[in-house]
Amino acid sequence: MISFEGVDKFYGEYQALNNIDETVAKGEVVVVCGPSGSGKSTLIRTINRLEPISKGKIIVNGQDVHGASVDVNKLRSNIGFVFQSFNLFPHLSVLRNVILAPMMVLGMAERDAKERAMKLLAKVGMQHKADAYPSQLSGGQQQRIAIARALAMEPPVMLFDEPTSALDPEMVGEVLNVMKQLAAEGMTMVCVTHEMGFAREVANRIVFMDAGTILERATPQQFFTSPQHPRAQKFISDIRHT
Amino acid sequence: MIEILRDYGVLLLVGQFPNGPLGGLALTLCLAITGLIASFPLAVLMGIARTSPIAAIRAPATAIVYVVRGLPVLMLIFWAYFIVPILVGHSVSGTTTLICALVIYELAFMGEVVRAGIEAIPAGQVEAARSLGMTYGQAMRKVVLPQALVHMTPSILSQLINLIKNTSLGYIISVNELTYAAYQVNAQLLTKPFEVYLILAVTYFVICWLLSLCVNRLEKKLNRSSTRNPTKEATA
Repeated sequence: MISFEGVDKFYGEYQALNNIDETVAKGEVVVVCGPSGSGKSTLIRTINRLEPISKGKIIVNGQDVHGASVDVNKLRSNIGFVFQSFNLFPHLSVLRNVILAPMMVLGMAERDAKERAMKLLAKVGMQHKADAYPSQLSGGQQQRIAIARALAMEPPVMLFDEPTSALDPEMVGEVLNVMKQLAAEGMTMVCVTHEMGFAREVANRIVFMDAGTILERATPQQFFTSPQHPRAQKFISDIRHT
Repeated sequence: MIEILRDYGVLLLVGQFPNGPLGGLALTLCLAITGLIASFPLAVLMGIARTSPIAAIRAPATAIVYVVRGLPVLMLIFWAYFIVPILVGHSVSGTTTLICALVIYELAFMGEVVRAGIEAIPAGQVEAARSLGMTYGQAMRKVVLPQALVHMTPSILSQLINLIKNTSLGYIISVNELTYAAYQVNAQLLTKPFEVYLILAVTYFVICWLLSLCVNRLEKKLNRSSTRNPTKEATA
């Protein structure tokens, strides 16, 4: 469903991604982890072309994401993306946030879009706030709406870029629950996250990155109990101590 | 002072209206508001062009801004005075000339207000819109501009203050606005320049001061609503 083939990414001299080869199968939940500055966010942002790449190829749903001829808007409408900072549209109500893209991009009628949106808001437990504005909501509520907004395009794959890092601790759970539910429904997911509990419980596979390179691929079981790479070992022992 | 206001107050207020053309303060305000309304859509386009990712659009817009900002308004009025008739093929009134000049001036200055407003919207807003598959234009129209325009309303009102003061330059091409009217009153009285021009100064000051009070209140209101509960009007 997603495959990286020899992907390099440079910011000037600095190499953010170094020869990434990786494949994510349909229905798989992959958690990308690693110390900050390791290139995790850059990696996930190249999948829907928020970041350009310098070399290599990324194929999503059979399409070359960074190819010259690809319709980037069509491509992105098939990849849900959830940001660390939610990025809800503050001038629009919750419902309008969710129906905007289905109406603009898919050309849905307002009535149909609203019907779909209300179902999704119910799914993330936010239907009672359909008429509220983002600034009236907590971070956890905003992030759940952001997930509903991404789901409204019915993408076959969802990307999460540190979805709980900007949240107060007591709100992390409600967002992770929505993500767990999605995973249980068979959604293909790539999550950059520091939530090791989530990784352990939900991920099919863990990808450990440092300095722009994938150092280890493992099942959660293997990764947390017997990491192979010295840097992964250090990472595991570091997070144990916090 | 009282006699001047008694004898010439109406002239200063509305010119010869309704028996002749509108003039005085009324014309000044008409000119400023027309200038604002006419330049607003152009300024929005200018702001979009200035922030465009396409250099071929950005560069000429930037050039226009730098040229216009580097010229005194009076120079723009002279240019409009000679060039507009050539462009349209017949002579045009002083009022039209002045509005053309003011629109060109505001194109640059209000265009920069719009540019700043667009740039102040967090990048994450555009990223979120584009990630959903929206085009650059859709993201601009539905996400960036509605937010930017609300935030920049106070700055745009400030431009109205600028415009009101700049209409006084219409004096140079005999547009019968407030300054020109005062000049004529002074020419008739000959002996009371201080009083006449004091009336003129106080009039400009009071109007601009009232407007800047509005701007301040609006700014405070917008700041409050963006931190607490956004108002319905922001959804336009």
